Amino acid sequence: MVAANAHPALAREPKERIKDAVGMLYDSTVCIGCKACVSACKQFNETPSSFSSTDELWDNPLDNDSKTYNIIKLYKDGTGAAKDQEKDGHAYIKRQCMHCVDPACVSACPVSALAKDPANGIVSYDKKACIGCRYCQIACPFNVPKFEFEKAFPQIRKCQLCSHRMEKGDFAACAQYCPTGATIYGKVEDLLAEAKKRLAYKPGELRKYPVERVNGGQVTERIVTPYVMHIYGEKEGGGTQVLYLSGVAFEKLGLPALEETSDAQRSETIQHTIYKGMIAPIVFLGGLVYAVHKNTKDHK
Amino acid sequence: MKNKDIASVSKHLGVSRREFLKYCSIVAAGMGLPLGTGEQIAEAVTKAARRPPVIWLSAQECTGCSESLLRATHPTFEHLILDLISLDYHETLSTPSGHQAEAARAASIKENKGKFILVVDGAIPVKDKGIYCMIAGRTALDILQETAKDAFAIIAMGSCSSWGGVPSADPNPTGATPVQKILTDAGIKTPVVTIPGCPPNPYNFLSTVLYFVTFKKLPELDDLARPKFAYGRLIHENCERRPHFDAGRFATEFGDENHRKGYCLYKLGCKGPETHANCPSILFGDTGSGTWPVGTGHPCFGCTEKGIGFHKPLFSKASLHMVTPPDTYPHVVEHQGKSALAGIAVAAAAAGAAYAAVNNVAKKLGDDDGKGKK
Repeated sequence: MVAANAHPALAREPKERIKDAVGMLYDSTVCIGCKACVSACKQFNETPSSFSSTDELWDNPLDNDSKTYNIIKLYKDGTGAAKDQEKDGHAYIKRQCMHCVDPACVSACPVSALAKDPANGIVSYDKKACIGCRYCQIACPFNVPKFEFEKAFPQIRKCQLCSHRMEKGDFAACAQYCPTGATIYGKVEDLLAEAKKRLAYKPGELRKYPVERVNGGQVTERIVTPYVMHIYGEKEGGGTQVLYLSGVAFEKLGLPALEETSDAQRSETIQHTIYKGMIAPIVFLGGLVYAVHKNTKDHK
Repeated sequence: MKNKDIASVSKHLGVSRREFLKYCSIVAAGMGLPLGTGEQIAEAVTKAARRPPVIWLSAQECTGCSESLLRATHPTFEHLILDLISLDYHETLSTPSGHQAEAARAASIKENKGKFILVVDGAIPVKDKGIYCMIAGRTALDILQETAKDAFAIIAMGSCSSWGGVPSADPNPTGATPVQKILTDAGIKTPVVTIPGCPPNPYNFLSTVLYFVTFKKLPELDDLARPKFAYGRLIHENCERRPHFDAGRFATEFGDENHRKGYCLYKLGCKGPETHANCPSILFGDTGSGTWPVGTGHPCFGCTEKGIGFHKPLFSKASLHMVTPPDTYPHVVEHQGKSALAGIAVAAAAAGAAYAAVNNVAKKLGDDDGKGKK
């Protein structure tokens, strides 16, 4: 494995955050689990219901799938009585595309069907380019891109941060329809500043929390509850444009503990090292040819 | 039960026998008591040798609790409250005033020591020795302590006497204190029932009194001494707008399209998810469906819950305490049953291993045979 901070000469440099990148901040302590974001996501992305029970009565997916780009999951321990408590408590977690700073799916895609917008950093999908190899599905450390196995002409489906709604001045539906401000939308640098501000609050204080957008002007007052002193997504996997705050450990919420080096950077470093100037492949090919040639002669 | 007794009570109250029994049954149903209890209540009411004496003290209050009680409209209620119990002292309703009223209170305490019900509405100011509420030249604190120790039970009527209410709102300049705390501090052990609300629903009070008259004990109480039949559930659980909450449909501001459509008021600061009361079930004012705060389009402000009404900002969002059906969530780690496929795979592997083992043994046997022949 390549050490994160000592870049070998051939290593690919880590990608920096795009200055005007947009994203979301999800604060698990503020979330009440009403799932307004899930229903808004389905409404505005026009995705059908997803069933996990045989009666097909309720739209109740168990995870992100090709029809569910956004989902609220529950962490529960013991009695589950107290919110944001690891033992005998419960907490919610919202899962959707993290819009990584250095996305593994984009790196793995052989045909650039997945691409990161150079202006706002949204990782979007182009169905015309996709060949259906599903490398992105395997590459993603968050298990986000989903393939439509059930369709004759399948596509990859995932959250694209409601980029189709932005022309009209709208933004991510999940943030726009969150009643508590648990999910807020905005520029990543503003969201990071907001997250840092919240970690500095003392539990029990009455504070103003932005609703819908980080700098949209709408706020709600809330008594601060204790945080885990970490912003998930600030550095994980090279950084993400969706950030998380929580009252319980992030691993408990199913968020993987990733190194600061992104998978894309690591794999590209290995690949670029091997193929540098095509020297290693040529030498290797030469060796193979020699071996075959020698063995062939011996058999004659 | 003798029809004669009922007939006499009916005559006395000016209601028909049928109406009287109906009222008793409704009260019994309201408390969730079993069928037939209505008759028991009717019997208790008609047979009572002496109507239970009640002394009603008022401290820092607005008389809203009394007003709410007077407006209960179940059959000729005002007759019933005046004839069911013996209201020996009530500052607003007493016919006598001044020294006469105070004398009635003193006489009732003396006569009914340990038997009367004490109702208190209003918080008790304790700051500066309680001088912020004086009645007949004495502090409310003094009067309460004197009266409480001789009472059979105390009903704290309304939010103020239950947990402080409006007068105790920050910065609480008069040191407004709930009844229970005053008693605990003074070492008085008389049991306290709280009927919080601003104003409280009169039927919760009436049901508690009737329960007491019928069974000679207090109803089952929760940890804040509220009767469980009335305060056992969250407003959120029985709210008629709950389906909108579950579907993520919220009114975003007063008068907007979603508000007019009757969507959930959570985003406007509804405290239903953290407030225990039976408002959505029994409504207010007896004027038909939808007549309670949330029904009229105003978010619940949490008057029955300690630390919510008058303490939590009006439009700040409620926190959700209980995750109740029909809310179901996928878990972070979803425990899925082992599928038939996995079972088949295991079985196939076992079968394969067994086949291989048998095959090997057979092979060895074969080899041995071969060796033997050689």
